Amino acid sequence: MIELQAICKTFKVSKRNAGFKEALTAMLTKEYDYIKALDNVSFKINDGEMVGYIGPNGAGKSSTIKIMCGILSPESGSCVINGRVPWKDRIKHVNEIGVVFGQRSQLWWDVPVVDSFELLRDIYKIDEKVYKGNFEKLVTLLHIEEIIRTPARQLSLGQRMRCEIAASLLHSPRILFLDEPTIGLDAVSKIAVRSFIEKLNKEEKTTVILTTHDMQDIEALTKRIILIGKGKILLDGDLEALKRRYKGQKKITVEYASGSLYLSDGLSLVNSLQGRAVIAVDTNVISVSDAIAAISKNLEVTDISVAGATAEEMVVSLYEEYHI
Amino acid sequence: MRLYTRYLSIILRSQMQYKASFFMTMLGQFLVSFSVFLSIYFMFQRFNSVQGFTYNEVLLCFAIILASFSLAECFVRGFDAFNRTISNGVFDRIMVRPRNEIFQVLASKTEFTRIGRLMQAVVVFAYAIPSSGVDWTIDKIITLILMIAGGFCLFSGLFVIYASLCFFTTEGLEFINIFTDGGREFGTYPLSIYGEGILKFFTYVVPLALVQYYPFIYLIGRTSNHIYMLLPLGGVLFLAPCYFFWRFGLRHYKSTGS
Amino acid sequence: MKKYASFFRIRFINGLQYRAAAYAGIFTQFAWGFMTLLMFWAFYKSESSSFPMSFSQLSSYIWLQQALLALFMAWFFENEIFETITSGNIAYELCRPTDTYYMWFVRNVAVRLSKVVLRSMPILLVCVFLPSPFGITLPISSKAAFLFILSVLFGFLIMVAFNMLIYISAFYTISPMGIRILAVSLTELLSGAIIPLPFLPDGLRKVIELLPFASMQNTPFLIYTGFLTGTEVINKIILQIIWVIGLFVLGKCLMKNALKKVVVQGG
Repeated sequence: MIELQAICKTFKVSKRNAGFKEALTAMLTKEYDYIKALDNVSFKINDGEMVGYIGPNGAGKSSTIKIMCGILSPESGSCVINGRVPWKDRIKHVNEIGVVFGQRSQLWWDVPVVDSFELLRDIYKIDEKVYKGNFEKLVTLLHIEEIIRTPARQLSLGQRMRCEIAASLLHSPRILFLDEPTIGLDAVSKIAVRSFIEKLNKEEKTTVILTTHDMQDIEALTKRIILIGKGKILLDGDLEALKRRYKGQKKITVEYASGSLYLSDGLSLVNSLQGRAVIAVDTNVISVSDAIAAISKNLEVTDISVAGATAEEMVVSLYEEYHI
Repeated sequence: MRLYTRYLSIILRSQMQYKASFFMTMLGQFLVSFSVFLSIYFMFQRFNSVQGFTYNEVLLCFAIILASFSLAECFVRGFDAFNRTISNGVFDRIMVRPRNEIFQVLASKTEFTRIGRLMQAVVVFAYAIPSSGVDWTIDKIITLILMIAGGFCLFSGLFVIYASLCFFTTEGLEFINIFTDGGREFGTYPLSIYGEGILKFFTYVVPLALVQYYPFIYLIGRTSNHIYMLLPLGGVLFLAPCYFFWRFGLRHYKSTGS
Repeated sequence: MKKYASFFRIRFINGLQYRAAAYAGIFTQFAWGFMTLLMFWAFYKSESSSFPMSFSQLSSYIWLQQALLALFMAWFFENEIFETITSGNIAYELCRPTDTYYMWFVRNVAVRLSKVVLRSMPILLVCVFLPSPFGITLPISSKAAFLFILSVLFGFLIMVAFNMLIYISAFYTISPMGIRILAVSLTELLSGAIIPLPFLPDGLRKVIELLPFASMQNTPFLIYTGFLTGTEVINKIILQIIWVIGLFVLGKCLMKNALKKVVVQGG
């Protein structure tokens, strides 16, 4: 179980200025900015949960992850994971977690992936039988049997990411931190990774904390999201409940041959190109059928479709709402 | 430890992937120290001795320092190159592993090409040992071994200090070179030639003289005080404050992040 | 032309940002110069007759070496450029409306100059006040000073042109690191960076002086200290000019050839 309470963290960053004069004065004095990266962050995650941790860049996501991994220690507040304080009991704590940093690799670059795996086996002191079992299972589920003997540098991004995920699970961690795991992956790889993570969470009851900008990941995998902005937790709740809140927003896409667009109350234009318009409908003001009637009044409609708010749009409006 | 050899094997295989590059770099390393050798040679073409030390004696001194330095550079390179490890986030990855960080930093960056410099030392030893006029009794041999071991520990300790400083800042650490590369370059000659002040500094502050000068004059017979034989152990002891400084730096890193 | 100037400005200002590094560098260089002088002093005390120049001349040489280190240091390379070549990102460079050789040349010049500006002034300032013969002497005449500055300029250009050759070699070899280390050790020895060339045995020295390395830092420093006089100075400067042109032309040709191959093979 992960429990954070009132975590605070401030960073000191030195200022760098552009321009010739500023560069010379910088030789003599130094200025600092104080950035409050985390402001009273608290949440609780139970075993087996899968949580999406979202927020714009610089919101404090990676700082929180680092604290939970035990790499960073906060100024104040408490963090207890599985009965331990991560940065105080580093080696024992780290034995039970797996981390995948989307941008950086943990595999050795020039040797076959399987060699990296064996090194990890020795680092984590994994029992031979357990290792073999995990190895077989992970290799099969992630479809990496054929690339396991290739050096990491020769793999495509999708292949490498699957190997990274396998590498992080060899020691059967109870908690898995995934930082941007699907970034840069093609559609097929994304789906493969997502279904694997889902299975992992369901069958192994591994707690998964997923930070990502890809809202489709969130939608596909998580039931609960935590939104962080400017160091503060702004939202912590059920994804479905949030979507219902935005259920009132619908989108009508209409294609037309000729005519003019009439927008009554509750309708607003999102964008329009020649012959194609996307209109946002606030169903609290006007019903969908009335909206369709209003739009088609002066329009020769050739095609029309109605869609609910996607997670992406919901998040954008959330960001706007909280001014982040 | 088994894990260490596993690291070594994976690194060796990784570096040998680029065979041509590996050997060229090794050759390059050899040539770098060869040109230092040449500089000594040229100086002694002109001068007969410096402060009573002859050419052969200086060569012996040179070989000892070169050997200890290249051993340190080969096996402790992880600390020497620590600034990159921190700046590209690899150290965070190290911290997420359930093993002692010092061990990981040490094991993960062994640089085998530095063997090139070690070979240079061996070659010079091959010439200098017989021609230096030293009477190679057991105690002299032990002194020699202790000097190399002590020097290895000393340079390793300096690398650890450098790495620990990287926890605080990655800029402005150039001055450590005075002691690492400088120690190697100026340690080519027995430290007494630089004068009393320098000798004292390298005895009490950075104990280079304990692994070079004092046992050296015992080696070439200028003194028969047996204590001097054991002074290189001061180089080993030097590791203790370096270790504590590392822990201090690590604590600081954990509370400030990167 | 203007684009190279603004490129230069950016690189130069960027170089000036590294304040702490500059302070540490100055301190390091002082220590280095100091220790080097002590070493030579030990030899001098033992046998001053074998010294090829006066000790104060040597001091000036060593301190100039430290002050202008950034201009002449052989081991300074920008890894970025090597990576651009080996990774194939060179393709981006080719998409720009600039000549790659000039870009890299200007870049090298800018970075080295910004480092030198930060360090040379403090070092030289202090050295003037050091007790002789350990300090630096003022040039013997304004003519000598002028010739010195000219010679430094040419020596610097030779160094950068040689640097360019090393970068270009990365196109032709799988192991730029190996070539680098080879070139660095060769340059250090033959340019007088390890020990000033006058200390080398006479026969060997005459040969080495014809190589471009001797024309880098050795020539201007010897001019400054008055070791070289009269027509010797003019001859040496002419030799420098020849090498500047020679290495420059060679570099441009090799670069053109290499880039042509890149375009044909696709990087």
